[in-house]
Amino acid sequence: MNPRYLPLLATIAIFILAYALCYSQYPNMLSTRVVGNLLTDNAYLGIAAIGMTFVILTGGIDLSIGSVIAFTGVFIAVLLANTSMHPLSVFALALLISTCFGALMGGIIHTLEMPPFIVTLAGMFLARGMAFVLSTESIPITHDFYDTLQDVFFRVPGKGRLTLIGIIMIVTVIVGVVLAHRTRFGSYVYALGGGLPAAKLMGVPVARTTVCVYALSGFMAGLSGIVFSMYTSAGYSLAAVGVELDAIAAVVIGGTLLTGGSGFMIGTLIGVLIMGLIQTYIIFDGTLSSWWTKIVIGGLLFTFILLQRGLVWVTSRARI
Amino acid sequence: MLLQGRNITKNFPGALALDAVDFNLLPGEVHALLGENGAGKSTLVKCLTGAYRRDSGAIFLDNQPINPRSTLEAQDLGIGTVYQEVNLLPNLTVAENLFLGRQPRRLGLVSTRRMNAGAREILSGYGLKIDVSRELSSYSIAIQQIIAIARAVDLSGKVLILDEPTASLDATEVQMLFSIIRRLRDDGLGIIFISHFLDQVFEICDALTVLRNGRLVGTSKLADTSRLKLVNMMLGRSLEEEIHKEKDRTASVDPVQLQFKNFGRSGHIKAFDLDIRKREIVGVAGLLGSGRTETAEILFGAIGHDSGEALAEGKPLRLTSPRAAVAQGFAFCPEDRKRDGIVADLSVRENIILALQGQRGWLRALSKSEQTAIADGYIASLDIRTPDCEKPVGQLSGGNQQKVILARWLATNPRFLILDEPTRGIDVGAHAEIIRFIEALCDEGMSLLVISSELEELVDYSQRVIVLRDRAHVAELTGDAITTTNIIRAIASDGHEDKVSA
Amino acid sequence: MMNRLHPALRRILPQLITLVVVLGCNVLVFPDFFKIEMSNGRLYGSIIDILNRGAPVALLAIGMTLVIATKGIDLSVGAVMAICGAVAAAAVAGGSDVATAVVLALCAGIVCGLWNGFLVAVLNIQPIVATLILMVAGRGVAQLITEGVILTFTNEGLIFLGSGSLMALPMPFLIWLGFGVMTAIVVRKTALGLLIEAVGINLRASTLSGVRGNVLIVAVYAISGLCAATAGIIVAADIKGADANNAGLWLELDAILAVVIGGTSLLGGRFTLAGSLIGAMIIQSINTGILLSGFPPEFNLIIKAFIILVILIIQSPIVQSVLFAMRMPPDLSNDDAEPVEGGSARDRDASAQKEGMAP
Repeated sequence: MNPRYLPLLATIAIFILAYALCYSQYPNMLSTRVVGNLLTDNAYLGIAAIGMTFVILTGGIDLSIGSVIAFTGVFIAVLLANTSMHPLSVFALALLISTCFGALMGGIIHTLEMPPFIVTLAGMFLARGMAFVLSTESIPITHDFYDTLQDVFFRVPGKGRLTLIGIIMIVTVIVGVVLAHRTRFGSYVYALGGGLPAAKLMGVPVARTTVCVYALSGFMAGLSGIVFSMYTSAGYSLAAVGVELDAIAAVVIGGTLLTGGSGFMIGTLIGVLIMGLIQTYIIFDGTLSSWWTKIVIGGLLFTFILLQRGLVWVTSRARI
Repeated sequence: MLLQGRNITKNFPGALALDAVDFNLLPGEVHALLGENGAGKSTLVKCLTGAYRRDSGAIFLDNQPINPRSTLEAQDLGIGTVYQEVNLLPNLTVAENLFLGRQPRRLGLVSTRRMNAGAREILSGYGLKIDVSRELSSYSIAIQQIIAIARAVDLSGKVLILDEPTASLDATEVQMLFSIIRRLRDDGLGIIFISHFLDQVFEICDALTVLRNGRLVGTSKLADTSRLKLVNMMLGRSLEEEIHKEKDRTASVDPVQLQFKNFGRSGHIKAFDLDIRKREIVGVAGLLGSGRTETAEILFGAIGHDSGEALAEGKPLRLTSPRAAVAQGFAFCPEDRKRDGIVADLSVRENIILALQGQRGWLRALSKSEQTAIADGYIASLDIRTPDCEKPVGQLSGGNQQKVILARWLATNPRFLILDEPTRGIDVGAHAEIIRFIEALCDEGMSLLVISSELEELVDYSQRVIVLRDRAHVAELTGDAITTTNIIRAIASDGHEDKVSA
Repeated sequence: MMNRLHPALRRILPQLITLVVVLGCNVLVFPDFFKIEMSNGRLYGSIIDILNRGAPVALLAIGMTLVIATKGIDLSVGAVMAICGAVAAAAVAGGSDVATAVVLALCAGIVCGLWNGFLVAVLNIQPIVATLILMVAGRGVAQLITEGVILTFTNEGLIFLGSGSLMALPMPFLIWLGFGVMTAIVVRKTALGLLIEAVGINLRASTLSGVRGNVLIVAVYAISGLCAATAGIIVAADIKGADANNAGLWLELDAILAVVIGGTSLLGGRFTLAGSLIGAMIIQSINTGILLSGFPPEFNLIIKAFIILVILIIQSPIVQSVLFAMRMPPDLSNDDAEPVEGGSARDRDASAQKEGMAP
């Protein structure tokens, strides 16, 4: 077996095991309704995490996505409340802004050769601050088009609903998979994570790839913001605080190496679902408190970081 | 003529790295490029492939002048390079490594199937039938090396430069690589082969060029060159020129201070016995990769030993870490000063007191005035050229950095000092000074182990010389037997005569 | 004239000037800014408020400075604050006296720091990754201790640490000042500071010189945990309760920012504690200024973003090398002449690194 699939298999195994455990206690959890809700409730996180996966694969990190989600939500709400623009054109504008924002951070990271951590920290502050400039209050979104969108869903057997935002997430994952594994851009992303000197030597366009990856992450954060605004029917500048942490956790639990170069998009989806599953279980249980989510996620993070560390150690030993 | 370099000169601040070097490569020829560390081999290769801008000189490929500005441009022109390690991406699959940036596409998407088929086809030409969809890192270094060659040849196709390709291969892997090199040669490629394994050079190469200190020593057909002559070209002056200085060669009569019995570590250096007397300089000679640095590092505890024991005046020593070695009065000036020696952003003063402070522990701090006194003392006695002791050491010249590291260890008042290439990359003036210090330290009663590829230098000050080959101690010269000729013979001999002694 | 200043003072001059400018701006929007009043035996005023409110970030910045000097980073300090605040609150709620509660909380902080240090120094996990674990899990642990509620307490002694005053000055200010001065004395009067800097600049060379690099790395994370614990106690004492959700939330970022503003490079090496403390005060002055001017407090996020951007530009290798080239004539060692072409695996790593920096 190819050892690079090991973390992914571990993720899948944990997901199946966790689901089996939930099912054994609450047979209701294995219904299309719960699965449908799992997808809907975690759609915004899943979309953002796909963008984060690309960034982490290059060996970088993007702390700005939670703020960008909030900014996009407020931006949409303000524009819909104060202008007569159609939501679709507002969406296009929001995506344009968030993509350019990401590209700008990527450009700074590349040209100033500074750690992505601190550059995207500035981006995090800036996006959150801009959201506050637009509005400090929560602005409800009451547009007919939103109602229409929220009513779009497919009924699946067993009372389950596959909502529009759930579908958007699934489409995003598919696009992410294709982009990562079936395009030259995808191979450049992995190449950057594999080692900058070798990537340069092999003719990888480092500058372009870096800028594109952060632009992609910005785009995904923008899309996530749109989805989040549909999910909550509001734009609030204090929303989505800490989503970047959840996204990073989902990526790592999904089997992607935090130092870059190895991982799968599909793993990130499962990572998001594992995190959603823990929350669903706690809701089903009713007596457990939500803080267990964080502890379990922290424990999973530690396990995966240790697993990856051991894997790197074993493969480097095995060759020499 | 396939590839020709004429009068290639390259200056670095403070040093002439290449001094009007000529280089000629014929098609269908494997041409060895030889020389010690710092001789200018990789500078020459970097100038030929555009990684460095040469200061003057001309490059011709197929008799057309070329002027590559990057390795990628050189690759497009037909010159491919395979470095020791950083060629490919270990986290990509074999096929992706071969096709990165030029993957076959269908409907805009990479066709993994066609890419893998293409990769299999390329590799089958090299007799390699492996699963190309696995990550590169799951294969041995030898196979990675072949894949790197396959990529370079596929992308360039006229000249192939192999920089130390065999450094981490075992004997069968080397043979596998050589059969590929022969096949490529027969296809008409010109191959530049950089290696420090003379056996391999004699086995595979047709011609050779030797560099020393940035100058061309000579170019010849391999058939016209003996092993002895080659080592001589690399290390020494010609045999006739050798002037044997009449020097007091009486071996040290002082008592044995340190004993290493059956000391070694598998994979690094074969176990050896070594006695070191008080007031004695033991020289260590050998080609690059012969285990010189490993000998120093194992004695200093930087790599742990897995066999044998160390004794000081009959009592066992614990040498499990550099810290333990320092506590026993050991000191070590490493070869790669930038990486292992200086702490660049700290001042000369702080660098000088670092080891002493480390030895005292963090609680017993040296006061600023004590530090300044120590530092100023060594700045004066070792003649370190710095405006004051507060200048960051990274801004000093190589010779002065070396003196700072020497001062760092002298401040701990060691009984045993290990110097790994103390005079490498140092200007002539500082060079002579450092040799004077070595002799003075010995006279004061210190024991020294000095590793150097400057054989005249070793012959000059050593009371004994250990010769290394293939990661083992192979000979020990004492007394009048210490001559460059004997050292070169011991290095060049292929294992039949084991002891050369007076 | 610059040269007449004490070198330590000269180093933090840019930070001092920035602080003065920020305070000056505050006076413009709020003329009574420097007014200090005495009532009920303690001082009141905006300046006092800055010194008081800036305590958590200042304390975190002390530990963070040492961690960053070793080329590390500690993302977990906010979560550690929450844990330690919860420990202190739970202890006094359980009937312990103040001293026991404080000692327990400080021990909890040190344990958290040792955990981080273990991951970084022994398991060799990147600091940002290693401390992320506790950052995520820490708040859960804190909630476990408080059992999900804001654990309030009425212990006067503990509350005194957060809102009491001594010699007319608020306790939090005295604590961070005392802690800062003590740490500064310890690192500068012992060899700790020098050894930390050496390890941060070149761990390998330091280890080869007989310095115990890994022990030092564990120690700085432990100190960072201790600082976070102290900050956590102050925050809990201030609100008379341990709020596991919000105590110290995002303060790790403010602490990192304070260190960076203070002039310590994120790439490790030379550090200045005084600079970091001034950095913390600059951040708090901006906070207070924005509050006084009537803007919502979140507006200072934009200002922080621009501060980071300016610092990034100043610290970036490209700008640094341009400045370096302007300042001094090349007197580089001729080692640059040729990268070592070695036979051992170690040498190969080095040439790999050098590959990327070919001139």
